[in-house]
Amino acid sequence: MTRENLVNILLAVALLAAPLAANALGQAFYVTLATRIAILALAALGLNLALGLGGLVSFGHAAFFGIGGYAAGILAAHGFSGEPILFGLPGTVQMPVIWLVAVFTAAVVALLIGAISLRTSGVYFIMITLAFAQMVYYFAVSWPAYGGEDGLSVLVRNQFPGLNTMVPLNFFLICYVILLVAIALFALIRASRFGAALQAARQNEIRVATIGIGPFRIRLTAFVLSATITALAGALYADLNRFVSPSMLSWHMSGELIVLVILGGVGRLFGPVAGAALYVAFEFALGSLTEYWQFVLGLILLGTVLFVRGGLLGLFAGKARHG
Amino acid sequence: MTFALALEQLLNGLQLGVMLFLMAAGLTLIFGVMGLINLAHGSLYMVGAFACAAVAAWTGSFWLGLAASLACAAAAGAVVELVVIRRLYDRDHLDQVLATFALILIFSEGTRWLFGSFPLYLDIPPLLQGAVQLPGGGEYPIYRLAIIAIGALVAVGLYVLIGRTRLGMRIRAGESDREMIGALGVDIRTLYTVVFALGSALAGLSGALVGATQSVQVGMGEPILILCFVVIVIGGIGSIKGALLGALLVGICDTMGRFLLPQLIALLLPPAQAGMVGGAVSSMLIYVVMALVLAVKPRGLFPPAHV
Repeated sequence: MTRENLVNILLAVALLAAPLAANALGQAFYVTLATRIAILALAALGLNLALGLGGLVSFGHAAFFGIGGYAAGILAAHGFSGEPILFGLPGTVQMPVIWLVAVFTAAVVALLIGAISLRTSGVYFIMITLAFAQMVYYFAVSWPAYGGEDGLSVLVRNQFPGLNTMVPLNFFLICYVILLVAIALFALIRASRFGAALQAARQNEIRVATIGIGPFRIRLTAFVLSATITALAGALYADLNRFVSPSMLSWHMSGELIVLVILGGVGRLFGPVAGAALYVAFEFALGSLTEYWQFVLGLILLGTVLFVRGGLLGLFAGKARHG
Repeated sequence: MTFALALEQLLNGLQLGVMLFLMAAGLTLIFGVMGLINLAHGSLYMVGAFACAAVAAWTGSFWLGLAASLACAAAAGAVVELVVIRRLYDRDHLDQVLATFALILIFSEGTRWLFGSFPLYLDIPPLLQGAVQLPGGGEYPIYRLAIIAIGALVAVGLYVLIGRTRLGMRIRAGESDREMIGALGVDIRTLYTVVFALGSALAGLSGALVGATQSVQVGMGEPILILCFVVIVIGGIGSIKGALLGALLVGICDTMGRFLLPQLIALLLPPAQAGMVGGAVSSMLIYVVMALVLAVKPRGLFPPAHV
């Protein structure tokens, strides 16, 4: 077993054990904190697929996170009021249906954004994904039907068959299982022929093209897959906070997602989990010390980028094998 | 819709375009010469506005404030370049994005620390208060016309600086081949610091100028930074000419879109819905324009020959 695998297993066990212990001690707050970690890790895992494996620095993944969130919020609002959404289609408060809608909507939007953005590369790609996310953001702000700038509340957390989702531990377990499934999916993709082509396209586009693989379609597929995972996290995030607002779509969110990936370690299987855990821990520890915790976060982030290459997992699990 | 109103909106668009150009020129210059994507450019805009507001409140003179905004933004830019940015030139864009994102957090929270969360206000100097009569019967504030004039002056100044002076020659040489110009004995590190400070000063200037028409607050640089990204992506990253045309295109499209689109949509839909659709569509218009430009020319209207 490699050192990285050991660290990964430790992370997975710790993320499960901590909320179980907190729950046994009656500290529901820490269960919610762990849920937040699991959801942010899932969102970052989605981004890691595009960024880590494909080298696609998307600065617009907040768009997909927010689309997932709004899918949950809008469906729940209609499911609650009983009014149809469009053309007589009803809303729903069932999580599995909401997840499907979130994933499908994000896939369609990602296909459109990706098809245009992936014509470019490098800095252009960064800025264009950012601009498209802003476009979605401004749309949400200026469209008053679902709260506009004020956001939309989800009155009661959506339901999952056979579980009371209002119990914090139950909701955590739902998120945790989804996270583990997504991590397994990520590992499968990384080891597949598709994953090999995607990583090869990152390392040397011309060689990949020379052996007869078109990088564009591979990248577009990865971008869409990546967006769907992040959107699923967005839907869960809306249910966690029981609130959706344009801030889920803001470019700060896109930046934070990149930060999570980098803090943990780019392209690593458990990088997003380590990054999300570290980020939420910072937020919690520094936030209780000073109102200006983002100042300290900025300094830490700057230090990480300038001096610690390879992220947290790079520190504990050694250098990544792949370039 | 009267002629005067349309003219007023057109001037507003021009004013926005000119301000965007001041920001975008620095951004595109820094990218063109150093190959660096600087998200913290909006923070320097904010630094300029805060320096102007603080000095103007202290001395009572807007003009001293304006000078302070140039000086502070340039100094902040130079320090940031020396301490942080310098280490990023050889890194990939991802590291640059992250480090400058961290700088935004530091600048924003640092400013909130120093000045508090409440917005500051800047008064328009007495010389530029009041309005002029527009042909067609409308009135237009002198201050906004002055902004347009300053922007035009800066554009001419930059053109002369880049095209006609020794410093400009070095900047252009740095754009085309940084190793060669270093080999020819130009101190490339100092040149980079100077270019970064110049870009920062322009951002600070536009922050101070806009600060007097709006409020001066933390986070004010971010919306305009993203508009500037749209500008330089449309114009072609690294091209000052592209930045100028892109800025005017975005400024005028955005302002005229917000003015005309709701009226156009009102012809098709009932008023209540038209307001909603018009507002939503016009706030997305420039991104649609950007997507269209990129669909035809993926590297912008004036892509630099190299890179």
